[in-house]
Order: sequence, then C-alpha cells, then structure tokens
Amino acid sequence: MSVHASSRTTRLPGLIRLPDQPLVRHLLLAIVAGGLLLWLTFSVSAFDNTELAEIGWYAIAIAGLSVLTGVSGQISLGHGAFVAVGAYAAGLMMEHFDLPLIVPIAVGVAVAAVLGALVGLPATRLRGPYLAAVTLALALAVQDIPEKFSSLFNGDEGIIVNPATPPHSVPPERWLAWITLFSALVTMVVLANFLRSRFGRALRAVRDDEIAAAASGLHPARLRVLAFAVSAATAGLAGGLFALWSGIVSPDSFSLFLSIQLLAGMVIGGSGTLGGAWWGALALVYVPEWSMSLSGHFNFSSGISANLQNAVFGVLIIAIMMVAPSGIQGWLRSLGSKLWGWPGHRRAVATGSTPLPAAISSPHSSTTSTTEGNIP
Amino acid sequence: MSLFVDLTLNGITYGVIYAAVALGLVLIWRATRILNFAQGALATLTTYIAVSLLDRSINYWFAFAAALAAGLVVGALTERVFIRPLYGKPELNPVVVSIGLLILVESVVGAIWGSADRGFTPAFSQYGVDIFNDHLDFSRFDIFVLGSVLVLMLAMLVLFRWTSLGLKMRAGAFAPEVARLLGVRVGRILTVGWALATLAGALAGVLVAPLVLLSPNMMDPILVYGLVAAVLGGLDSPVGALVGGVVTGLGISYVGGYLGSSMETVGAAVLLIAVLSVRPEGIFSRPRARRV
Amino acid sequence: MTNVIRTRGRAVLFGSVLGSLVLAAALASPSSSATVRAPAVTGVTATQITLGTTTPLTGPAAPGYDEIAPATNAVFKYINAHGGVYGRKIKYIIDNDGYNPTNTVSLTKQLVEQQNIFADVGPLGTPTQLAVQGFLNSRGVPQLFVESGCACWSQSKFPDSFGWQPNYIVEGKLLGHFVDDHLGRKKVGYLYQNDEFGLDGVKGLNEEIPSKNVVGSQNYDGTSAGLAAGLGAQISALKADGATLVVLYTIPAATALALLAAAGLDYHPVWVVSSVGSDPPTLAALLGSFSKGKAGASLLNGMITNAYAPPESQSSDAWIKLAKSILSKYEKGYHWDGNSEYGVGLGITMVELLEAAGKNLTRSGLLKTLETVGKTFATPGLVPLTYSKTDHYGYSGSEMVRIAGGGASITPVSPLYVTTNTGPIKIYKGAPKKIPALFTKS
Repeated sequence: MSVHASSRTTRLPGLIRLPDQPLVRHLLLAIVAGGLLLWLTFSVSAFDNTELAEIGWYAIAIAGLSVLTGVSGQISLGHGAFVAVGAYAAGLMMEHFDLPLIVPIAVGVAVAAVLGALVGLPATRLRGPYLAAVTLALALAVQDIPEKFSSLFNGDEGIIVNPATPPHSVPPERWLAWITLFSALVTMVVLANFLRSRFGRALRAVRDDEIAAAASGLHPARLRVLAFAVSAATAGLAGGLFALWSGIVSPDSFSLFLSIQLLAGMVIGGSGTLGGAWWGALALVYVPEWSMSLSGHFNFSSGISANLQNAVFGVLIIAIMMVAPSGIQGWLRSLGSKLWGWPGHRRAVATGSTPLPAAISSPHSSTTSTTEGNIP
Repeated sequence: MSLFVDLTLNGITYGVIYAAVALGLVLIWRATRILNFAQGALATLTTYIAVSLLDRSINYWFAFAAALAAGLVVGALTERVFIRPLYGKPELNPVVVSIGLLILVESVVGAIWGSADRGFTPAFSQYGVDIFNDHLDFSRFDIFVLGSVLVLMLAMLVLFRWTSLGLKMRAGAFAPEVARLLGVRVGRILTVGWALATLAGALAGVLVAPLVLLSPNMMDPILVYGLVAAVLGGLDSPVGALVGGVVTGLGISYVGGYLGSSMETVGAAVLLIAVLSVRPEGIFSRPRARRV
Repeated sequence: MTNVIRTRGRAVLFGSVLGSLVLAAALASPSSSATVRAPAVTGVTATQITLGTTTPLTGPAAPGYDEIAPATNAVFKYINAHGGVYGRKIKYIIDNDGYNPTNTVSLTKQLVEQQNIFADVGPLGTPTQLAVQGFLNSRGVPQLFVESGCACWSQSKFPDSFGWQPNYIVEGKLLGHFVDDHLGRKKVGYLYQNDEFGLDGVKGLNEEIPSKNVVGSQNYDGTSAGLAAGLGAQISALKADGATLVVLYTIPAATALALLAAAGLDYHPVWVVSSVGSDPPTLAALLGSFSKGKAGASLLNGMITNAYAPPESQSSDAWIKLAKSILSKYEKGYHWDGNSEYGVGLGITMVELLEAAGKNLTRSGLLKTLETVGKTFATPGLVPLTYSKTDHYGYSGSEMVRIAGGGASITPVSPLYVTTNTGPIKIYKGAPKKIPALFTKS
C-alpha cells in the first residue's frame, strides 16, 4: 500500500484512484452504479424491471430513515407515515392536474418535509423509546386519516394513479425502473454530500454527546428538526415514486408493517450507511420471493406456505442482528478491513443512549460507552 | 349521561389490560433498557396455548394458570436464547430482534392454529350487571379483569419492595457491576425479569381474548396501546404503567364514543404528544438533570 | 479523517459492485427467468390450464377469508380427478397478499408475467384489486369473479373485469326495502364499516329507508386497531339514540363484537345484517359460550340477513351436500361455514365457464362465453348470474332469511328479490338450478 498517495486521490489496491473531493467522488460512484443498473434494466425481463423499480423507492425510503436513526440517533417507527404523506400528496396532484411528473413528486417531497419538521418540533424534547412511541402512534394514526376525510382522499378505495407514459419504444416497466433508480442515485449523492457537510458532522456530534455539542455552539434542537425534515423529505420522494409504481394510493398500503419493514431493511443493510439502504431494499423485495419459491418446493398448503414466508423474514431479521449486527454493509466493511487492511471500520452506530448492562456483555466485546447523565 | 358512564366503564376495562401489557414493557425496560416489541406476540402464543386446553374441555382456571405458566417459560427462554447474546451491542439491535420475534411468533401461531378468529370462553358472565334498576355495561368478567390486573400489580409491588429477589433485580438494573461483585447472578436475574414481564403479557392476552376475539394478530393494536400507556406513565414506573393504561383506555373510549372510531388512533397519538410535551419522560418520570 | 473518507468510498464502491452481482444473480435465478416462451394461448396447454389468485392468508384481514381460495381449489381438484376440462387439469396458484395492495401489485405482475396465468380468478379485496385492475385489463388478462362487492368490477372501460357476489349497493337496497316494507320499525340505526363496503351499503339502505326513520348512525374503522377497543362506544350511542332496529354493515368480527356489546348493555334491537357479516357458524364460533349457562350463539336468534345461496345449515340441500362431499375429499381439515360455501360456489361457476367456453380455449372466447351464456349457468345461487355485455356484476339478488336456534335454523321470510344499482326491485320466481352432470360423478 503506497503511503505516498497524492493528496488529491486515493488508491484502491493497486487499481483505481478515487478523488478526495466528496462531491466528485460521490458523482463518480453514482455514475458507475448508474451504468451498471442501466445495463441491468436492458438485460432483464419486464417483471424484473418492476422489481428493480421497487428496489429504487425502497432504497430511498430506507436511506432517509438511516439519516434519521443511524446518523442523528433518533429512533423513528413511523417512517412509513411520511411515505404515505408523499404518496397521497403526489397522487392527489396527479389525479387533479396534468403536469410533468417532476411537479407532483416535488410536491410530495415538500409536503412530507414540512410535516417532518412539524413532527420534529415536539420530538426535540423526546429521547429514545419516548420518541419511538410517538412515531409509532403517528404511523398508526396516518392510516385512519384517509378514512376520516374520505371525500378528499377517496377513503378505502384509494386514489388511482395513471402510469407514466414512457417515451416512444421504451417499455413502461423499464421507464419506471429508470425513473426510480435515477431518483435513488440522485438521492444518494445528495444525502452523501449532506452527511459529509457540516450539517452531517453536526448531527453526529449531537448524537454522540449533546452537551458537548451545545457547548461548542451547535443547536441540538434545530439540528434534530432538520434531521426529521430531511428524512421525511426522502420518505416523501419514495412515496411519490411508490404511487407511480403501485398505481394506487390507499390506506392498506401504509399499515404499521411498512414502517417495521423499513426499519428492518435499514438494520439488515446497515444502519447509518447509504450503501446499506440498497442491501435493505434488496432484502425487502427478494426475501419474500425467495421464501415463496422455497415453500413451493415443499408443496405446503397455502396457509402454511404464507406463514412460512413471514417466518423466514422474522428469522432473517433475528439472524442478521445476532450474526452481523452492523448489517450487511458493516460486515462488508469489516471484511474489507480484514482482507485488504482498510484502516479500521466504522463501528456500528449506537443510538445515543446507555448500552445494556455491562456486566453481562460477552467477554471479548467492548461496550460502546457514551456518557450520559441519567441512571438506568 | 348514561353513554358517558358506559364509555367510562368500557375504558377502564380495556385500560387495565393495556396496563398489564405496559407493566411487562416497563419491567423489561427497567432491567435491560430494551423495548420488547414481541410482548404482544408472546402473549398471543400463551393465549392460544390456553385456548387449546379449553378446546379439550379443560377447566378455564387450569387453562388460565397454564397460560401464565407458559408466559414464565416463554419469557425466560426468549431472554436466554435471543436477548442474552446481544448484550453489549448497539442498543437498537435487541429492539430489532424483538420485532423479528414478533413476526416469527405470529407466523408460527398462524401456522399451528390457523388464521381464523376464535371466541374465548371466560369463566365469568360477560353480561352486564344490574345496579339500582340501572343496567351497567360492566359484567362479572369485567370485574375479574380489573381484579386480576390489580392483583398482578400488587404482587409486583410486593416482589420488588419486600423480597430479596426484588432487591436483586433492582440492583441488577441500577448497578450491575456492583451487584455482580456482591454475588448477584445478574444474568439469572434478567431471565427472571423477562419471565415475569411475559407473565404480565400472558395475563393481558387471556383477559383481552374474550373481548376482541382471538387471532394471530390479536395483540398488535393492544401492544401499541400498551406501549402508549407505558410511555405515558413513564417507562421506569410500574405505577405509571397502571395510570398510563387507565388514561389510555379512557381516552380511546371517549374519543371512539364521541368522535367516531376512526379517530381513536389519532386520539391516542394526540394524547401521547400532549402528555410528553409537558413531561418528556412520562407522568411518573423522575426529574432528570436539566439539559443546558 | 481522510482514512474514514477513503474507507467509506471504497466500501461503497465495493458494496455496489458486489450488490450488482448479487442482484444479477437474483434476477438470473430460475424464479425470475426471462426466457420462458409463452405458449400460443397464455396459460393453456393441451394438458393444463393455469389460473392464479391473490388473497389474504395472513394478517388482520385473513380470518375467514383465508378459507375461500382453498375451497375453490378443492372444486378444481375434484374436476381434475374426474378428467379435467376437455382433458386439461386446472392448476390454481394461490398467492398471499396480506390485503396489502403493494403486495398485490408485485404478486399479480409475477403471476401474469412469470407464471403465465390464463386468468386471475377469485382475487380478494377492493383496494387490492383496484390496484391491478388497470394492469390486468391493459394486458387482456381476465380479472374474474373478484371477491368484493364494490361496483368497480362492471365498468365499460375495464371489459376484462367481472364481479360475482351481489354488490354492496344492491344488497343495501334489498335489506332496506325489507326493513321499510316488512318490519314497520320506525327507529332505525346504522352501524357500518367506514370504508366503501359500509358506505355503499348505507347508500343502498338510504334509497329505501326514509331518512326520518333513521335515528342514529355509527361507524367503526375496519382495521384491527379500530376493533381493538371493541364496539361498546358505538352500541352505547345507538342505544342512547333509541334505535329499535339496527342494520349492521359489518364484517363477522365486528358483528360479533356488536352483539356482545349490546348484550352487555341489555340492549335488544332487531338486528338486520349484511350477508358479508352474518355467517352463523362463524359468528357462533366467535361468540363462543358467552356466559355461564347461556349459549352465546343464542344472540343470533331473530337476526335477519340476506342470502343469495342456500344457507349452510340446510344440510338436506343438494348443493350443500355436494359442497361438503367435495371439501371432505379434497380439502383436508376444512371448516364448513359461509366462506367455504362461497369458495365452492365460485369454483363451480369457474368450471362451468371453462366447460362452456369449449375445447378451443382463448381469453376473448372465455369472456364472450361468460357474457352470453353466463346467466344460464347452474350454480348454487338462488338467483341467476346477470352477466351480459353491459353487466359484469354477477348475482344481483337475495332473499331475506331469519336465523333461529343459534344458527341451526335459517328460514326465508321474503321472496327472492332482484334489482340493479339504479333500477327497481323485482321479485324473482325461478326455481333453484339443478346440479349439472359435471358434478354428479362420484
């Protein structure tokens, strides 16, 4: 490994140089990833493109949650609610107005961001499980609002969203995949820059030691609201794309289970990482399918097979948490650290409260010790 | 006026059930700082065990006791197998494991017993009682619900305050290293804590099943309301669990009765935000050092 | 600091390359093969017809509904065991969407594009099926016998969609007509589910019941959270309003909760319940033994509901006997109730359609057959199916029945009525259909 790497580039084992400037690096990665994904959309079937599109909006939603929970340290169990907000806002716009696609989607993002900031305001005083409980209650409530105001939201039947018309000769599934995957890459670049910026550093500082951060001149409350707004905006984008993908926006798509799925996806992929969002999205889209074909092999009755699919998902969550707690991305990093001596790997992100009783920790693990004033 | 009375009684009955769930959550939180999302699903499992006994014409009281005993066993096993290996790891992980358990346990229950809604026959009449020529929507079964949760609370109180086990549990939560040095088997104490918490959940399960009908997903909303109750009362306070439960139950009942049932979840959210805005750690939280 | 940056960049690149490879591998796996050649008529070969459906097998919506698709499948298995339809065996793929439209979209697309189904038969739910109605129609895939009473399945812009059960408006009209004409009650209360099921039902009721007779109207949220606190509040309110007759537009769980709440309040209105929520065996099981010494199912006595097929307790009926014999042989551990009867009825209708469509089976031929001769099919229905070029609704009538003996005795209390969403109510005088030869082989 060369120690004389030029100050403007980084060397990978022997091969590629990556520029040090964050924006350029992120754009480069996005272009490479984009190229790979583009190639994929041409090589696979229409149904696979539908699934690629699904991965796109899931990844966006999970990335937003990662910013909130992983980086800012605020547990949200109601992320699905912001997806719903974005979906309904975009869906209503698409139903009533005939505008270029970018407008309804942007409206969805904006409305979700505003609501996210509003939710973030009372959330600034709440910690850990208290915040989690409020977001949980909100996620549950958001499913009922379309029923209560059914004249606006068309209640249970939902709002029909017409598919985007692709340009000539592009099949609609591929067009949809392009839209969501492109949006996902843009989101990743934006979020990566945001996290690398002083805002991102400030968020991490507040998460790790709020008092010190405040003493250094940061405003923890404002930053928390910002984190909520950013993550909600991301979820709103995912929601608008979801509306386009699914063709209908109805309350049954936004049960508590969606928020749980997003949390699970984030943790499976790697909390606090953007790469992890892709892994999480991959898991959410493909694990049910894989377990379905698995139970198909055994010819179970439909009832048993359906429960088996859910059981597999549950087992996967448990297994990842026990075996690779930093998620897939974290595991990859530690793998890279072992194989190529990448300098250390970022420890899996704690969420800012006291860890579990140290007395029972297994002998070889070190406890993350964040100092807090409260007694358990 | 009579509507108000009926809503109040309805709210108290459901409220103490939320309190039982909340108590289980509080116990686990105090001991291990984990929010146990599987609390409801484990209660569903123990309730189905009870209903299988009832199906075989076994006496209600035996089935009731079996559900509680199953709660102890299931809780202890869960802690040993799924939670113990996670100590020392980032705090979000056991919470996510409990979510995974929720999904796993509900699907196992669905696979074994099927998805159909079931009734659950309690030993008491669910027909309201008559007092002073007035018929109250408060049956013998509702009295039983109230009574058994109160007994549970008292038993927990006695356990924590006046037994050495309770003392060890409090020590294990407050100062584990010191407790260990003094010979307390902290690991074992935590297992007991989980066992007791799951017992509280199991009680909630058998009490609520006759009221809302048993199915694999029965406890999902009850868990959420139980969590709201626990948080309202303060996650460190067992008394808070009871108060929080009753407040939640009443709030939901009034909102449902006067504003319509689709407003219930909104009402719960508003109630929670309102209380936490004033007391960010619940009604019975100990005042913490002021953050500057 | 720079170490962290380098590491992260590398990790992301490594991760994305690896991820793309995994993705490509996933997409290349057999379940997502893109290269299966579709046969000349999708889903039909010389030996097999492939049908699919999406339905909730798990989740809060599953109780009860999860019985329907297996019952339909039992009918298909029966036919397969007796030579199939023109020598073709029916393969019925049952997918679990958990009543979540997101899942319905992926699963339906998978059924159409990867498993090459001939038709989507008996899929369940309104928002779930609305989500895929456009897709299925744009691909020309028949969306047959949707298990929902929405009026959405009979629209000229979606010619491939067909309903089966009486839609909620029609049902509401018939129930309302009976209440107004025969029960002479002046104080009517409504308790309905707060979605298009309940709202459409109330629409129908209001066409027949004068608004001055309606003293109270309550609703509940059909999600599990909405039922978690019981229906005590709503029933108390109706009692306070003085309703002496309550129309329930409720799912079975909510019906049971309403009955329990009312009994707890010593409130005994006349109950008139939509067929969706009145299945006696289901309700009896839910009510259990309500109190020591009092059988819970006795709460059902006197309940009025509408029926468009023979009541399940009528074990002497030829169709009921047929259904039970098919289920006992081809669905192990089946549970006999309204859901299973529904599933069998739907299966019988599908089989007769396949038979009538002839050996030369195509999608357009199938739909044409349904529109022209569907109304002559011999099904368990008490009224005929109404399919035509302009009407894709299915059954559009019912008789009113009264429940007694805890569900053991169900007796008609009105003639058979038929109507349409906007038309008048007429009396149907035809006789029940006889079981066709197809189903008399042992």
